[in-house]
Amino acid sequence: MRVPLDWLREYAEVPAGTTGTQVAADLVRVGLEEEGLHGGDVQGPLVVGRVLEVTPEKQKNGKTINWCQVDVGEANGTGEPQGIVCGAHNFGVGDLVPVILPGGVLPGNFEISARKTYGHVSAGMICSSLELGLGDDHDGIIVLTDWLGAGAEGLEPGQDAIPLLGLDRETVEVNVTPDRGYCFSLRGIAREYSHSTGAAYRDPALVRVVDGQEQPLTAPAATADGFGVELRDEAPLDGVQGCDRFVTRIVRGLDPQAPTPAWMATRLTEAGMRPISLAVDISNYVMLALGQPTHAYDLHKLAGPIVVRRARAGERLTTLDDVERALDPEDLLITDGGETVLGLAGVMGGASSEVSDTTTDVLIEAAHFDPRTVARTSRRHKLTSEASKRFERGVDHELAPQAAQLIVELMVEHGGGTADPAVTDAGQVSPPEPITFEVSMPTRYVGVDYPRERVVEVLETIGCTVTAGAEVTPAEATGADGTGSAGASDGILTVTPPSWRPDLTTPPDLVEEVARIDGYDQIPSVLPTAPGGRGLTHAQRVRRTVAAALAGQGLDEVLTYPFVGESRFDDLGLGADDHRRHAVRLANPLSDEAPLMRTELLQTLPDAVRRNLGRGAKDVALFEIDTVTLPDLARKAPVPGVGVKPDDAVLEEILAAVPHQPWHVAMVATGQAERAGWWGAGRATDVTDVVGWAHAVCDALGVSVERRQSEREPFHPGRCVELTLSDGTTIGWAGELHPKVVKALGVPDRTVAAELDLEVLIAASDRRAQGAPLSNHPPAGSDIALTVSRSVSFGDLLESVRAGAGELLESVRLFDVYRGDQIGDDQQSLAFHLTFRADDRTLTTEEVNAARDAAVARAARDHGAVQR
Amino acid sequence: MSGPNTNYDPVEVSALDPEQVEANVADALSAITAATSLEELKAARIAHAGEKSPLALANREIGALPPSAKAEAGKRVGQARGQVNKALATRQAELEAERDERILVEEAMDLTVRPDRRPFGHRHPLTLTAERMADVMVGMGWEIAEGPGVEAEWFNFDALNFDKDHPARQMQDTFFVDPADAGIVLRTHTSPGQARSLLERGAPLYVAVPGKTFRTDELDATHTPVFHQMEGLAIDEGLTMAHLKGTLDRLASELFGEGLKTRLRPAYFPFTEPSAEMDFQCFVCRGDDAECRTCGGTGWIEWGGCGMVNHNVLRACGIDPQRYQGFAFGMGVERSLMFRNHLADMREIIEGDVRFNAQFGMEI
Repeated sequence: MRVPLDWLREYAEVPAGTTGTQVAADLVRVGLEEEGLHGGDVQGPLVVGRVLEVTPEKQKNGKTINWCQVDVGEANGTGEPQGIVCGAHNFGVGDLVPVILPGGVLPGNFEISARKTYGHVSAGMICSSLELGLGDDHDGIIVLTDWLGAGAEGLEPGQDAIPLLGLDRETVEVNVTPDRGYCFSLRGIAREYSHSTGAAYRDPALVRVVDGQEQPLTAPAATADGFGVELRDEAPLDGVQGCDRFVTRIVRGLDPQAPTPAWMATRLTEAGMRPISLAVDISNYVMLALGQPTHAYDLHKLAGPIVVRRARAGERLTTLDDVERALDPEDLLITDGGETVLGLAGVMGGASSEVSDTTTDVLIEAAHFDPRTVARTSRRHKLTSEASKRFERGVDHELAPQAAQLIVELMVEHGGGTADPAVTDAGQVSPPEPITFEVSMPTRYVGVDYPRERVVEVLETIGCTVTAGAEVTPAEATGADGTGSAGASDGILTVTPPSWRPDLTTPPDLVEEVARIDGYDQIPSVLPTAPGGRGLTHAQRVRRTVAAALAGQGLDEVLTYPFVGESRFDDLGLGADDHRRHAVRLANPLSDEAPLMRTELLQTLPDAVRRNLGRGAKDVALFEIDTVTLPDLARKAPVPGVGVKPDDAVLEEILAAVPHQPWHVAMVATGQAERAGWWGAGRATDVTDVVGWAHAVCDALGVSVERRQSEREPFHPGRCVELTLSDGTTIGWAGELHPKVVKALGVPDRTVAAELDLEVLIAASDRRAQGAPLSNHPPAGSDIALTVSRSVSFGDLLESVRAGAGELLESVRLFDVYRGDQIGDDQQSLAFHLTFRADDRTLTTEEVNAARDAAVARAARDHGAVQR
Repeated sequence: MSGPNTNYDPVEVSALDPEQVEANVADALSAITAATSLEELKAARIAHAGEKSPLALANREIGALPPSAKAEAGKRVGQARGQVNKALATRQAELEAERDERILVEEAMDLTVRPDRRPFGHRHPLTLTAERMADVMVGMGWEIAEGPGVEAEWFNFDALNFDKDHPARQMQDTFFVDPADAGIVLRTHTSPGQARSLLERGAPLYVAVPGKTFRTDELDATHTPVFHQMEGLAIDEGLTMAHLKGTLDRLASELFGEGLKTRLRPAYFPFTEPSAEMDFQCFVCRGDDAECRTCGGTGWIEWGGCGMVNHNVLRACGIDPQRYQGFAFGMGVERSLMFRNHLADMREIIEGDVRFNAQFGMEI
């Protein structure tokens, strides 16, 4: 909402000299946040000058400048002509021009001083509209006789040009929150300004100022011969009538050519609306002034009566924005005689009954519509208008006759028409519901001690009617002993909000009014004492630990958007029936290329890898920890309304419809794991790194892991391992990306990746690790080399060795693999280092050899392994 | 050299001659002293103390002496050999010390350039910021709760008193899950965590809910469709807006600087009443610089929204508003990070450029 200060001053006593910045600060205090300031950024002296001499001087750069002598009266303190260099050529001797003198400031904080230029001392500047922030013409300066027209008559050199050009006019733009519909008007803003500053307030719905004189704005009572209006809402929403008040007035004999008065056009422009024609401008002006949207019909295009009803199936309407719309039975319509649709109530009129440049007699509509009805129609047709914006936030239901009266007066004054005595005021509005309010509630809620008088004062200031006691005094309020009754009734107020505050419906609403009018800056700072929490949950600690472990391994944490498209599933080589293609789809995605929620982090993490490579990075190792979304059966979640706890079954249904969103961790890496340098050779990141990082995650959580050679997209079929818990539960997969995937994603060959289900790790690590005493006896080592068929996996052979070596084995490590000429083509030789240790003694060579032989024997039995 | 003693006429062997022994000792000592390396010393040892050295040979002659001469010759040769061995040991120690010192010098490596052999990883500053914010709350005795990003519409709106037709619900720029009437949205704020926590845990309750949130904004320097918030909710008997302010002051002071205050401005949110926008005091100028670039000269920086929890929210969660009341607040984690760590462009937070992370340590 734009608030021209000059307009604000008409309704509130804004102290002289108050700047837009100050007004904005005053409005912020009561909850109207500043969105912008317009105008008011030129500081004088900016005066009227008369050009006395113009001497063109050709410059070396080919440009011709004018060396001017300008009469600025006494404004320069000497009365002598002012010498000014000017590059424009659209003026001549005798013209009146705006001149800014040294010491003045132009928009953009551009300070003017006398300066030497083109061989002269130029003492000021003759201004263009661009320089003054009045337009975008930079080539020509403003010639006041052209700019002001008749308004330039009688101007004297030296006169202040700031008010002349309207440069003293400031407009403050504020953000109006959805509960404060009444602040979409100067009436509401001025009231709030008055609440903030204590400035006197004049309600423009009750009083007009004409030629400096206050006069009451009095609407006549309805007459029997008013234009016919029938309110026929047969399907009210939630029992609320779509239209509960409909006022009409008629003005006849308007001059269709009558111009909009300049002051009104200026105010409209400053408030951000374009002047169009007198009838439209008056309607807009009254809406901005009072907050009541109205509509003007060409009386001769109406057969009457006006019937307000819901739409019928199949009805259509072409609205003023030239869009033909199919109407919904919930839409509330204004119709002519019940048949011809004139407009969508409270949203937008139709083209057929619009006032035109031949209209002389108009019917003015000022009505009150149900916010919900208007909101739904506006949303349904994706049609937001100045009217719908106000109606859906709630318009003062007492305002319609006053607004219509103001329109009539303005039309008569400026359009030469006559007010018709016939007045309609149909419908029945419900008065605001009184609120029973404990006077102690603001203190109890805000933590500031508000005496009863202060509470009452504030509520009355904002327009509430306050009476002592509950509306219906409870019988038990009178104590048996006759004491305490005063206290009980003293503590209760009955508060009836003013008609312009439909947002005030509950006691906390009134608490906010007391707190904000008294000032939020009065609220002290008190740290509450929480009962003491249990710290982070196990799951939260796990995620931190995993992140720290991976960063410690040299990976960088990133966050990627969770949106993917089907083509990414193709890139990753997912089969047509891969369950990971079954993703939650957005109805309104930002991009049609990515309408799905990822089902694995590896679907989006490569984007970050590619971005880094694109920006010149060579060695990239990234990880991400986030949730993925796994759709369940397509279930819909019920959406029960506000303010009531759904019953357990409904709540269960809501919770069950929310897709499962487990936490995952994923890694992708390419480039060097170790860089070459003066210390020696480097080493490329390979699949052993990523399998190692996956283990680092599990190690950090104390979860022991088993491995299975695996084939799974998007991995290389021969270079992928599935990690599992000892009970076989899958933790995730790690490996090298499939060469086709690498190509499709545009990442380097041999890029490696892993994705683990953190939920599995969280559950598996949620136990207390048990310590055991450490042996003080020395270890004994022994190496074995086993030749075995290549069909035996390293892991299986190692497990056999471990099992065979028995309890004395402390650890076993595969340290070499040989495949080559010295053994058969289908054979491989694996070398293991075994470490033995006993808790209670130093092992003898015989014991170690026996355990080693047992390991070899077990490997032989399980896999046909032969010791080399 | 001596011949066999055939005639038992003891021959006075010249090797045992005192002068000869003395000369041998002198030769040995001078060779030892002259040795400048362990190799030279080794040669001197072989020559003068080895099995075939003059003194060793002289020692061998002692056995041939008559008993009466044995003692004296033995003493003479023994002392001589002792003298030589001692000199050898001393020189050996000297040369070894010299060698050790030389090796240290020779082995020296210039470490004045960082050997960037293994890459160093980093946490993302945004998650670190969220963790730090959560830690401040934990320090105040609060717990950290979570909720899903893909959320039931009821939790995101209705439970929070956003009526279906209320303009505020339309202003949220919501992503809807297909079909649009599925009743599932991407949560537009972390506030559904309020309702979930209240339903799960009941009152009294002090929880903070950090998490990912979504709005249909295009990415630019100050907007991103995916962002993070932290919600706070305290429900107890007797909680007031003063407690809200106290909590915010503590959080602001922990995040942005000791003693920094917050300011409340009247505002509107469906799920709180009274409602407020909250600003924190500019940590650069503290309101003392009208030209301050961080706060634009206002002395305050917008942080988020807050207020006393609306009765309808409590009712929707089965809490009796006559008994319990409390406050809620929510602020952007990105915004907190940007101001705390002087970032100008939100895009850097979400792009995943490793250079961005590298500006920060694992603790920010």
